[in-house]
Amino acid sequence: MSEEKKQAAIEAMNLSYSYHDNDVFKDLSFTVPKGDFFIIIGPNGSGKTTLMKVLSGIEKPEKGNLHILGKAIERYSRRSLAQTVAMAPQMTTVDFPFTVREIVLMGRSPYKGLLGFDDQTDIRIAKQAMAFTEVEHLAERKLGQLSGGEQQRVLIARAICQEPQIILLDEPTASLDLAHQVRVMDLMEQLQKEKGVTVIMVSHDINLACMYAQSLLLIKNGQIVSIGPPDQVLNYETLEHAYGCALLVDQSPLGDFPRITLVPKRFIKSSLVNSYLQNKCSGSEIR
Amino acid sequence: MILGLSTGSSGGDVVNGIKMVFSFFTDDSSKDEMMQTIIWQIRFPRVLLAALVGATLSLGGLVFQALLRNPLAEPYILGISGGSAIGAILGIIIGLSRFPGVAGTAFVGSMGTLALVLVMASGQTVLKKDSLLLSGVMVNAFCSAVIMFLISLTQDSRIHNILFWLMGDLSLADMNQVMILAATVLPCFLLIFCLSNPMNLMLMGKEMARSMGVNIKAVTIILLVTTSFMISSTVSQSGLIGFVGLVMPHMLRLLLGPDHRVMVPACIVGGAGFMVACDLLARTLPEQGEIPIGVITAIIGAPLFIFLLKRSKS
Repeated sequence: MSEEKKQAAIEAMNLSYSYHDNDVFKDLSFTVPKGDFFIIIGPNGSGKTTLMKVLSGIEKPEKGNLHILGKAIERYSRRSLAQTVAMAPQMTTVDFPFTVREIVLMGRSPYKGLLGFDDQTDIRIAKQAMAFTEVEHLAERKLGQLSGGEQQRVLIARAICQEPQIILLDEPTASLDLAHQVRVMDLMEQLQKEKGVTVIMVSHDINLACMYAQSLLLIKNGQIVSIGPPDQVLNYETLEHAYGCALLVDQSPLGDFPRITLVPKRFIKSSLVNSYLQNKCSGSEIR
Repeated sequence: MILGLSTGSSGGDVVNGIKMVFSFFTDDSSKDEMMQTIIWQIRFPRVLLAALVGATLSLGGLVFQALLRNPLAEPYILGISGGSAIGAILGIIIGLSRFPGVAGTAFVGSMGTLALVLVMASGQTVLKKDSLLLSGVMVNAFCSAVIMFLISLTQDSRIHNILFWLMGDLSLADMNQVMILAATVLPCFLLIFCLSNPMNLMLMGKEMARSMGVNIKAVTIILLVTTSFMISSTVSQSGLIGFVGLVMPHMLRLLLGPDHRVMVPACIVGGAGFMVACDLLARTLPEQGEIPIGVITAIIGAPLFIFLLKRSKS
């Protein structure tokens, strides 16, 4: 095993996946370094969610190789894969009245025996996970009774309970209000910084993504548009190419982060936008 | 269960009956020979059969609810009982013995309708609540038509057999049959209990279950086949008894929460108790003869189903 492979949490080589003869993505190759905060962005239907399913082992890629921590994904057993990679899906509705504690404890399943009864270790780890995402006080409530932000934190606690080295999240901030968005992102950053967990996330909120991510992957129509640190990926040309809408890119007041401003139709011909675009063309970027 | 043993149409008052049951264990000298015979030869197998049938049906309901992620699923409502009924009636008409002959044809019938319901409901990969129930209703309607057709073809005394069987009938219990049934369904109970944790995870959604290391395909197939098998073995013995698989898991879930590691044993015990009680009502309510037990469970179960459907909509 080469030194480089040891450092990669995920190494995708020529991954392809198609659904009903339509390519969802084709020949994707990229590497996620170990301990990275890695965010996948791209327009709707670009294959982000499917890519997450392939990375988590839920779906099998049609072609290509996928190495997780230097080992091919086919060589993992279901249990050991679940002990390595955890996934928090988009919001799920559950028709059965499970309590928060029961749901979080389910994350211990890959470590349990046949009947799956919880031992002291399971209960301790579940408690820590609930404390980490600050849902401990909700332990006896039912999932359906909680707000969206609370539900998301419960599902994240369940994923943390799997004690994974890689955690995958599919749009964890979608449908959350501003405060909860920041809270979820802060939690994931804390998880990555303090515990060295590799965090891979799909997000639609580019502004939020670029303040947390160490690497961004921008995909469109199942192909990589750009990959790298946020300030390289997020520039006017790549974003306009990927999303096909009018937007401005300048600098966030918080520091050296790109900031995206969407342009409503009635502003497109305005002098403000025009002068921005002229600056672009003359090569002197605003940021 | 003791109450079930003690009470019966041909057996004096309840207090006396209880005395008789206990006198068997205490070796009382005041034994009434005839009472003893009635209790141990006739009532005991029947109570045992009721318990097994109740446990199997309510466990079957629980498994279907977990697999389809739908709290309204139940073998009877999904048409699976109907399918095994067609199989079983064909078996009766051909003149097979109740076990394994009728059980075998019932199993084939139940697997057939199960496949039909699943194919109809799975236009998308997700089984939608309403489409699943609708498919079940349609399959059930079709099954009843076939059953009526079969009955209209039958002329001799077997027709009475079939009719009683359709309404659910425990009166034909005999000890050997009950023992064979027990030997078939008890291993199924154990197998299902071993899979109770995967069932929990599957309630959270297939993808999440898979990301926690559950082999969805294998678990689903094992559960479907095991459940259909034990239900058709029971149905071949007891006839069509509906709604137990709906009533028991629901009541117990309200009391104990949805965790299958608790629910599987609870459904076995609770379903057994419920069925013995229903059978008791069936035997004692009318002055003469008895009500078919399927009538009792449907009278309790159907209103409950409507109530649950209404509540889940709001």
